[in-house]
Amino acid sequence: MSGFLNSSIGRKFTMALSALFLMLFILQHFAINILSVFSPDSFNEISHFMGTNPLVQFALQPVLLFGVIYHFVMGFILEIKNRNARTVKYYKNNGAANSTWMSRNMIWSGGFILVFLVIHFIDFWFPEINTKFIQGDMSGLLADGEGYRYYEELTHKFVPVWRVALYCIGFVFLSLHLLHGFNSAFQSVGANNKYIKGLKGFGKAYAILIPLGFIFIALFHHFNH
Amino acid sequence: MSVLDSKVPKGPLKDKWTDYKNHIDLVNPANKRNIDVIIVGTGLAGGSAAATLAELGYNVKAFCYQDSPRRAHSIAAQGGINAAKNYQGDGDSTYRLFYDTIKGGDYRSREANVYRLAEVSANIIDQCVAQGVPFARDYGGQLDNRSFGGVLVSRTFYAKGQTGQQLLLGAYSAMNRQIARGKIEMFNRHEMLDVVKVDGKARGIIARNLVTGEIERHSAHAVVIASGGYGNVYFLSTNAMGSNATAAWKIHKKGAFFANPCYTQIHPTCIPRSGDYQSKLTLMSESLRNDGRIWVPKKMEDVLAIREGKLQPTQIKEEDRDYYLERRYPAFGNLVPRDVASRAAKERCDAGYGVNATGEAVYLDFKSAIERYGNEQAKLQGLNNPSKEKITELGAAIVKAKYGNLFQMYEKIVDQDPYKTPMMIYPATHYTMGGVWVDYNLMTTVEGLYCIGEANFSDHGANRLGASALMQGLADGYFVLPYTIGDYLSKEIRTGKIPTDSPEFEEAEKEVTEKINFFINNKGSHSVDYFHKKLGKIMWDKCGMSRNAADLKEAMAEIKAVREEFYKEVNVPGAANEMNPELEKAGRVADFLELGELFAKDALMREESCGGHFREESVELDGEQKGEAKRNDDDFAYVAAWEYKGEPADAVLHKEQLEFKDIELKQRSYK
Amino acid sequence: MNLTLKIWRQQGPQDKGKMVDYKVSDISEHMSFLEMMDVLNEQLINKGEEPVAFDHDCREGICGMCSMYINGEAHGPDRGVTTCQLHMRMFKDGDTITIEPFRAKAFPVIKDLVVDRSSFDRIQHAGGFISVNTSGNTQDANAILIDKHDADTAMDAATCIGCGACVASCKNSSAMLFVGAKVSQYALLPQGQVEAVDRVKNMVAQMDLEGFGNCTNTGACEVECPKGISLENIARMNREFLSANIKG
Repeated sequence: MSGFLNSSIGRKFTMALSALFLMLFILQHFAINILSVFSPDSFNEISHFMGTNPLVQFALQPVLLFGVIYHFVMGFILEIKNRNARTVKYYKNNGAANSTWMSRNMIWSGGFILVFLVIHFIDFWFPEINTKFIQGDMSGLLADGEGYRYYEELTHKFVPVWRVALYCIGFVFLSLHLLHGFNSAFQSVGANNKYIKGLKGFGKAYAILIPLGFIFIALFHHFNH
Repeated sequence: MSVLDSKVPKGPLKDKWTDYKNHIDLVNPANKRNIDVIIVGTGLAGGSAAATLAELGYNVKAFCYQDSPRRAHSIAAQGGINAAKNYQGDGDSTYRLFYDTIKGGDYRSREANVYRLAEVSANIIDQCVAQGVPFARDYGGQLDNRSFGGVLVSRTFYAKGQTGQQLLLGAYSAMNRQIARGKIEMFNRHEMLDVVKVDGKARGIIARNLVTGEIERHSAHAVVIASGGYGNVYFLSTNAMGSNATAAWKIHKKGAFFANPCYTQIHPTCIPRSGDYQSKLTLMSESLRNDGRIWVPKKMEDVLAIREGKLQPTQIKEEDRDYYLERRYPAFGNLVPRDVASRAAKERCDAGYGVNATGEAVYLDFKSAIERYGNEQAKLQGLNNPSKEKITELGAAIVKAKYGNLFQMYEKIVDQDPYKTPMMIYPATHYTMGGVWVDYNLMTTVEGLYCIGEANFSDHGANRLGASALMQGLADGYFVLPYTIGDYLSKEIRTGKIPTDSPEFEEAEKEVTEKINFFINNKGSHSVDYFHKKLGKIMWDKCGMSRNAADLKEAMAEIKAVREEFYKEVNVPGAANEMNPELEKAGRVADFLELGELFAKDALMREESCGGHFREESVELDGEQKGEAKRNDDDFAYVAAWEYKGEPADAVLHKEQLEFKDIELKQRSYK
Repeated sequence: MNLTLKIWRQQGPQDKGKMVDYKVSDISEHMSFLEMMDVLNEQLINKGEEPVAFDHDCREGICGMCSMYINGEAHGPDRGVTTCQLHMRMFKDGDTITIEPFRAKAFPVIKDLVVDRSSFDRIQHAGGFISVNTSGNTQDANAILIDKHDADTAMDAATCIGCGACVASCKNSSAMLFVGAKVSQYALLPQGQVEAVDRVKNMVAQMDLEGFGNCTNTGACEVECPKGISLENIARMNREFLSANIKG
C-alpha cells in the first residue's frame, strides 16, 4: 500500500478523498450555521451537542483535523513536485487559453483559505477548546447562566466590519477553490463518465451557493446586531 | 544473360508456401541467442519484423531516423487493410484477392509472391486483433468491412480513417514488449549511411547518430532494409519530409539490384498545391470517390471566371459541367483505378480546364451524395415533403459520419467548407511500386541482405490497389521474413560474433565520413532544398503521370546536370558532430539525384504503358479503348532489375521473366 | 504578411539557450506554420547562419513529431491541429510570434526546438502492449466479439499521436493524458484484461520515475490535444490503478 500512497495517482486519490470529506464537513458546518439565522435556539442546542458529544469531539474532530492537515500538507508537497517537473519555464505561456484561472491557482486559493482558517481558529476554535478542556467548563452556558453562549458568541464576533470583510474574502477564495475542486475530486477518484455528467452542474452550484450562504450568514449577523 | 534467380519453390501455386515452410532449415532456440539481425526502418514492415524476430529469440538491433519507431510514415495510411477473410460472405477468397492484386498490378508482379501475400492476409487480421488494434466493428460486435477501389468484394478492414496508425501502433507495441525484454535494442534518431559486406555477405551497417553526429559501426549476421519508398524523389509527395531512399540506394550501390524504379503511383485525390513554398502534399482517402463526383467546367469562360474569383463552382449549371470520368468510363465512372483517374485529371488540366490559380485542380463534388443520402434519411424518418434545407442537413450528417475527419482536414488546409462548395483535388506522388529486387525469400542480390515492405519491388507490379500496402508490409514482417531469414541464418550458427574492426568496416566508415566532411566543407551558394526542388520539377514534368522518350532522355541529362551542380554548389551549414538537419537532407538528396536518373532510364527502356507507367507512344489507336494505355506482354512481361555500375546511366539491365501459370493475361478495361 | 519571430535558440543540451528575434516577410496566409519556418531557414542558410532545428516529419498531423509551443500554446492557437496543420491565416500582418520548445523536465531540449521525448517510449516499454506472439495461430479475429461502443471508445483513446502537447500544456508537466489514453485503449478491450493489473501499475510507476508532474485536472491537456483525447481516459486510468492496487 505504501507504493500506492507514494505514486502520483495514489496521492491524487488521497487528495480527492480528503477533499470530498472536507466538502461534506463544510456542508454540515453550513447547515448548522444557517440555523443561527432562522432559529437561535436550535442553533444553540445543536452547537452544544456538537461541542460536548464525545463521539464528535474525540472521534470525528481528530479525523477532521487530520483531513485538513493532510489536504494542506499534501497540497503543498504536490505543488512543489509539480513545479519541479518543469525546470525551465516558458517565455510566454497562455494558460487562459486552455484552462480556468481557478484550476491553475488552487495553491493560491488554498493558501488564502489556510490563512483564513488560522484566523477562524483563533476566533472560534481556540477559545472553544480553552473554555471546554482547559478551563473545564462543559456547561455551554453564558457567564450569567441564562441560556447557551454559542449564539451570543457568534453574533458578537460579527460586529467588527474588518472581520466580516475578512470572512467574506475567505469565502470568495473558498468558492474559487471549490469551483475547480469539487469536480476535480470526482475526476481524481475516477468518476468521470456519462453518469457523472449531471454532477458537474451540481458541483458548480455547490461551489457558489455554500460560500455565498456563509457570506449571507456573516452579513446577516453584522447588520442585525 | 540473367543472374537473377527468383527461387520460387516448385509445385502448385497454392501449396508453394506451405511446402516451403515445411522444408526450410530451422535454428534451435539456444543458437538464436547468438545471432544478431539489423533492421533499418520501423514502419509496418520493419517494426513487425523486428518484433517477430526478437520473439523468436534473435538479437535485433532496430534503427529509425525519427525520435520513436511509432512515427514511421506507415502511420499516415488512412483507408484500410485488405484480407481475404470473407466475413461478408460476398465470395471473397485467397484466390480472388490474389487475382485482384495481380490484375490491379497490370500483370507485372511475381505470381508466387502475390499468392503468398493473399494467403497470409487473413492471419494479419487475427494477429492485429489479438494485439488490441481497435478495428471498426458492427453492432453485433463483429469486425466491419468497407469496399475499396478496383474490386468487387468488401474485404477492407479499417480503424476510422487511421488504419495505418493503428496497425503501426500495434507493431510498435509488439516491439515495446521486446525492447522491455532486452531482445530489441532500439536506435532512435539514427540513420543508416552504408551497408558493410564481408566476403560477399551483408554483415553490418554504418549509421550516424543524428543527435551527436557520431558515426557508429553495427554488425550482424543479416541486415534487413525496411526503409520505405522513394516518392520524395519528386520533392512534393504525400510521403513524410524525412522519407528517403538512402538505405535502399546505398545497398544498390553495394550490389543489390534495383527493380522497376519507374513504377510510381500518382494518387488522384490529394489536396492541390497552393504555391511555390509548398513543402508536401496531403492525401485524402480514395474512399472519397465512393460518393464524390469529379468534374471541371465545360466552358473555358467559366474556368477563367472561377480562377479570377468572379464565379463560384456552385453557380455553374449541371449542363455546363463535365463529369469527365463518368463520360469517359461509363462502367466504372468515378471509381476507376488510381492511375486512370490521375491521368484523366491531368488530361483535363493540360487542356486548360484546371480550376484553381495554378491551373492544377479539379472538383470533387459531394452535392449529389448529400442530396441522395438526405432523401434516403427523410424517407427513413418518415418526413413528408421535407424542405431542401432539411434534406441537405440530413445528407450532410451522413457524409460527415463517413468522411468527417477528411472534410475537417481539408477545411483546415484549404479554408473552404467542403460541405458547401466542392473540394479541389489534384494527383500527387504517393507510393512507389518499384524498389530493391528481392527473390521469393525477400533476399536481395547480396547474400544476407533482405529488403521488405515498400522498399522492395514488391508484390504490386506496376500499380498498387488501395489497402494493399499495409497488407504487404505486415505480411513481410510478421509472417514471411521470419521464416525465410531463418533458413539463411541456420547456416550462420557457427559464425560467431561479427567483429566491427575489420578492414571492411574501416573502409565503409571512411567513405561515409569523407562524404559528410565534403558536404560540411563545400560551402556552396544554394541550400539542399534548392536542388531537391529542381530535381522534383524535372521528375514531375518529365517522369510524371505520362511519359515519352524525348522527355525521358532530356530528364536523364538534366538530372545529371543538377547532380553535378549540386556537388559544386550545395551549402550545408553547421558541423558534422552535432544535430544537423541540413546535413541529413544533403545525404538524402544526393541519393535521390542518382535514383532519379535511373528512374528515367528505366522509364525510357519500358516502351509500353502499364499501371502507373504511361508511355505516350504506347496507346490503343482505335476501337472502344482508343487513347487508353496499351500494355505489351510480348516484349515487356519482365521485371527490370538494374545493376549499379558507377553512373546511373551505365546501370546494367537484368530481366526476370514473369510467368503466369494460374492466371490469364488480359487488358484492363474500365469502359 | 510580415512577421517578427521570437525563437528559442539552444546549440545543444548543455547550452543555456536564449530567445532570438527574426523577421520574415512575404508570408502567404495559405502557408502552414512549418512552411513559414522553412522560409525562415532558407533565409538563414542563404545568409550563412545556422537554420533553426525543429522536429517534423509527416506534415499531415499524424506522426506526432512536430512539437512547438507557439504564442504560449502547444501547437499554437488553433484547435484540433498539430503545428504542421496550423496555417498562417491564424495570424495577422505585423504580429510577433513566440516559438519555444515543449518544456518539461522529462522532455530535455536537444537543440533549438527539438526535445527528447524518449520518456514516452519508456512508459510504453513498461506495459503498453498485449503479450501475444506473432505466431499466426491466434484465434480467428471474429471469435472475440467486442461491443461497438467499447470498440469505438477504445479507438478514440488509441488515436493519441504521442506528440507530448498534453505534457507541454500542463502547468504540472503531467503525462497522464498520454498514459491514460494507452491504459484506456487496452482497458476497454477484452484482449487487454489479462495483463490489466500489471500494465497500469508498471506504466504509472515508469511515468512517475521519468519525472512528470502530477495531474491537477486543469483540463489544459484535453483542450490542446490535437486529437481531442478526452479527460475521461485519465479518470479511467485512475479507476484501473485503484482497482489494480486493491487486487494486489
